[in-house]
Amino acid sequence: MALERSDVEKIAHLARLGLNDADIPRTTEALNSILALVDQMQAVDTNGIEPLAHPLEASQRLREDAVTERNHRDTYQAIAPAVEHGLYLVPKVIE
Amino acid sequence: MHQMTLAEIARGLAEKKFSSEELTRVLLERIARLDPQVNSFITVTEDLAITQAQAADARRAAGENGALLGAPLAHKDLFCTQGVRTSCASKMLDNFKSPYDATVVAKLAAAGAVTLGKTNMDEFAMGSANESSYYGAVKNPWNLEHVPGGSSGGSAAAVAARLLPAATGTDTGGSIRQPAALTNLTGIKPTYGRVSRWGMIAYASSLDQAGPLARTAEDCALLLQGMAGFDPQDSTSIDEPVPDYSATLNASIKGLRIGIPKEYFGAGLDPRIAQLVHESVKELEKLGAVVKEISLPNLQHGIPAYYVIAPAEASSNLSRFDGVRFGYRCEDPKDLTDLYKRSRAEGFGPEVQRRIMVGAYALSAGYYDAYYLQAQKIRRLIKNDFMNAFAEVDVILGPTTPNPAWKIGAKNADPIAEYLEDFYTITANLAGLPGLSMPAGFVEGLPVGVQLLAPYFQEGRLLNVAHQYQQVTDWHTRAPTGF
Repeated sequence: MALERSDVEKIAHLARLGLNDADIPRTTEALNSILALVDQMQAVDTNGIEPLAHPLEASQRLREDAVTERNHRDTYQAIAPAVEHGLYLVPKVIE
Repeated sequence: MHQMTLAEIARGLAEKKFSSEELTRVLLERIARLDPQVNSFITVTEDLAITQAQAADARRAAGENGALLGAPLAHKDLFCTQGVRTSCASKMLDNFKSPYDATVVAKLAAAGAVTLGKTNMDEFAMGSANESSYYGAVKNPWNLEHVPGGSSGGSAAAVAARLLPAATGTDTGGSIRQPAALTNLTGIKPTYGRVSRWGMIAYASSLDQAGPLARTAEDCALLLQGMAGFDPQDSTSIDEPVPDYSATLNASIKGLRIGIPKEYFGAGLDPRIAQLVHESVKELEKLGAVVKEISLPNLQHGIPAYYVIAPAEASSNLSRFDGVRFGYRCEDPKDLTDLYKRSRAEGFGPEVQRRIMVGAYALSAGYYDAYYLQAQKIRRLIKNDFMNAFAEVDVILGPTTPNPAWKIGAKNADPIAEYLEDFYTITANLAGLPGLSMPAGFVEGLPVGVQLLAPYFQEGRLLNVAHQYQQVTDWHTRAPTGF
């Protein structure tokens, strides 16, 4: 099933990517060629096969519930695009 | 001096034939003079390098020893390096100076290694040609009109051009082994979980693994020794002891069982590469190895499954780049959604945007089972193939790539053509197995690599086989003209 322009617009919105109108036809074509490659998977019989998420099937380790990190706020905010009084600045969200 | 391997440098430093500072200054001069032709570095950390070299010399004068003490290295520009730009070759992170060191960077610095700089790569490690970098394409020192492979193409080109003896790389679908093959280097992707991913900017977290690129298996052993080990900061790091990789290099390979998958020699493979693969097998047979034909029936499903799993994980990992906390922010956003959408559209290059969208689609409502779950099931089939094969053989051998390095721009019109270059490497990532590429000859002056795969945590076996091969062949000693 090939993607259409409206599908690509929807995916771009989900991914929060502001595509230029002019780029959409080329992007649609590229995504369709990737999905055609990926669709070769559909011919594989995987009945009764368990999905594999981690190559060694390890599970997440648990550790003591103890504080191990210092407060790095100032260091991390030093590289932020815009901060004020220890807060990250973004455009007004609520009118 | 620039022709020395890491092992030779370690001996020279131990015997006080030269200091780390002398060597570092020679290499920095070479980088300044020659790298404009190759474009292998994004950032050269000259002051840091001199400071680290002087500190290493002081430690040695105080009686300390160590294979990496004073050894010059560079890091692929996705390893976070404190106070140094860590760009991932993206406009998104062009202004990003990491507030901390990746575990790999910290471990190597503690061992006394000298960081010459950060190497060029495909943007966010997405590519096999090193053409998608925001800082421009990397050129292959063997032919400057050709690609060096990717995504660790800067690390590979820098080592191949004798700008330094070794560098770190990462491998998600072949990104250490494929550029190693295309530039006449030895490179190893360790078992998933062998080397910490902490501070390594993530592409596809269940596939990414860091490893060394160098000119010899002996050097890969030295560098991997410094990189490997359990790290509580990485939740997928495996708590297994790290063997002494150098100690087993000289073990005999008499009786080693080599499996050759019959599916490797299909229509996509350049017959001249097939010929060189067969010649490498003959050399190993002379050393006492025995060869057996095996089958990996699900091999061909590797690329389709990868192009669901890797983009799906990438779309999730790269959602952190939102223009709010660090990295690129667009000018004059009109609202928060506009800030997100334009920062990401302007900050990411086209291939990164394509993979994010493929991933977002594969994970979206109604498609998850058909894409992501099906890909994970195929992933198990691929792993099962390897487990069956390793019941009968000790290593699997074949070509690293189906073709030698192609001309810059030759595959730009069709991203799929570039994806297919990872046919032989990608399944090791899906299965989490260790893999190594070693030089095995030339086609029209361009290097060809042979890949060895081994069971989990058998990096030592791979390095042993490659080292034994390098004792009876001299492909790995060849240097590109002009470097």
